[in-house]
Amino acid sequence: MALNLLRDKGVTIDQQKFTWKDLVQKPISKLNDDAFTRVRVILMNGIESEAVRFGHSCARMNKELQIPLAKIRRIEQHQQTIVNWLNPADQSPLETTIGYEQVAVEVTASLAQNEPDPYIAQVLRFGLLEDFDHLYRYSALLDRLQGIDANTILQCYSDIMPGRPTVDEHRDPEDDLREHYDKRTASPITKFNAMTIMAGEHQTHDYYMHYGPWFADPLARQLYAEIASIEEQHVTQYESIIDPTETWMEKWLLHEANEVYNYYSCVSQEDNPRIKAIWERFLDYELGQLQYVMEVFKKMERRDPAEILPASLPEPIAYKSQREFVRKVLHDELDLRANGTQFVDKSQEPERSLAYRRHINSEGSPTQTVAAGYRWSPGTELAAKKKGRVAA
Amino acid sequence: MKHPTDSGMNKTGIDMSPIDIQELLSGVEASIPSSQGDEQTLASYRRSYIIEADPIGSVPAPGSLKGAAKTGMQKLMGKKPEVLLDKLGARLAFERAGTRLYDALLNKCLVRSDEANGLSLDRLREFRNEEAQHFMLVMEAIKDLGADPTAVTPGADVDGVASIGLMQVISDPRMSIAQSLHALLIAELADHDGWQLLIKLTEELGQDDMASKFRGALAEEERHLATIREFVEKSCLTEAGVS
Repeated sequence: MALNLLRDKGVTIDQQKFTWKDLVQKPISKLNDDAFTRVRVILMNGIESEAVRFGHSCARMNKELQIPLAKIRRIEQHQQTIVNWLNPADQSPLETTIGYEQVAVEVTASLAQNEPDPYIAQVLRFGLLEDFDHLYRYSALLDRLQGIDANTILQCYSDIMPGRPTVDEHRDPEDDLREHYDKRTASPITKFNAMTIMAGEHQTHDYYMHYGPWFADPLARQLYAEIASIEEQHVTQYESIIDPTETWMEKWLLHEANEVYNYYSCVSQEDNPRIKAIWERFLDYELGQLQYVMEVFKKMERRDPAEILPASLPEPIAYKSQREFVRKVLHDELDLRANGTQFVDKSQEPERSLAYRRHINSEGSPTQTVAAGYRWSPGTELAAKKKGRVAA
Repeated sequence: MKHPTDSGMNKTGIDMSPIDIQELLSGVEASIPSSQGDEQTLASYRRSYIIEADPIGSVPAPGSLKGAAKTGMQKLMGKKPEVLLDKLGARLAFERAGTRLYDALLNKCLVRSDEANGLSLDRLREFRNEEAQHFMLVMEAIKDLGADPTAVTPGADVDGVASIGLMQVISDPRMSIAQSLHALLIAELADHDGWQLLIKLTEELGQDDMASKFRGALAEEERHLATIREFVEKSCLTEAGVS
């Protein structure tokens, strides 16, 4: 399936229609569907959520774009609804959180390997080790609070062990910012990777901010507060790698192209036929939206969209276990820290970040506490420990 | 419709990933937790929150002096009427929510009539109506004490939180009739004990008229519990092919 971003027409936007019944389709099965189907559902919700978020920001700054943005945004809103409502009601917020972190681990690892710019690849690997650690912390919470094995969600695709300890991830804001790619020289895949990871991390941040207060347990509430804070750092990091000199229209065009790329990646690997049909439908919708936005671009900027977009799509995101790559990064880069936009050994971390960290962790660390002495075991740690009893 | 207890491609267990599980285990084996301790470390961490926690709310005071002067309330003078008001509020909320659980189950039974075969829908309707009557009965009892039946008491709130999962099961179209009956049985078990406790409390507090009316409700609840228990057993055994 070779797509041509510039020529394939997809479905015209006036044919992109929905009903309430259409918006609320049968969810995936938490028990029977492949973990990567859930990974795609979660990521694509993030991609659509970013499309809506971008559309609103752009509209607030560009009066003349408000009508075309509103037209496209209405469709994106309904696409996001269909995708996000595929999450089943028996998948609890904490189980869904495990899914979010699996997205952060497996998708980031795939993007990092596809990334041609060595600095951007390093940024992705840096974030990867932090999200990898979140997965371990939330798995400990799921086990110790609810008696549920996180691997029932992860299906053995992802490791459950410490990464760069979350307690060490708290940095001064200055040390979260990165260098951005150069819009004139960056490869299309670099731009897509940056937008995909930013979308994924932003929705993860919003999810934790939404569900943190839903928990009754004070430790769970603290854990979500702590990890949400890191997700905010990650959004800061990932949005800063995008060239801020791109015009609003360039950014809109890239958003639409990235949506095409993401649905194309989903279509190429989905094994649930019902969900695959949704990815195919939305791939056609996104192609139609891209055509529409290309026309707006030509009118507004009097330029050829081919100056911004490639004709063909890069290799799709690889939806498969990235265990080997993640372990290599763990082995090689665990002790990296940030000094401004550069990565340094932990011995060279600036005092501003150390001071910030000392203070924020001074009344205890939820991520260290929740996983105190924790080792994942099949069927939860209660199945591994001979003890299974608490002291009388 | 495929039955929920049919075997299929459930992917949650490690046996579905014989190669990956070995990789996963070897990684865990080589890893070192970043902090020392065990589950008790979590318990200690929660201590200050448990000590410093505020209650979820309070029992509303009777809305009027007239209410406080009513005979029923007068009898409670010198005792702690808030406990009775709290439990009445809890029962009221539970009966009202219970009515909705039956509504949802009946809705499902009518559509999935093949699965509901052997269950008496008339009986379920009868129980539904009795739950609604019990709600009204408790509402009147609260009014008789001069209190406000529209207020959420702490006990009602606790029941609401504890019951969230029950409605999640019964209202989920994917959950079978048998699975929904299981949730309803949990509700009826709690309901039954709730009435028993409430009757004991009203008797001890000298609310004899109230206790007498509530005993009638308990008799109906005993029938609900026995019947739903029987339905659960029947649907389970039928599914297992032994009945």
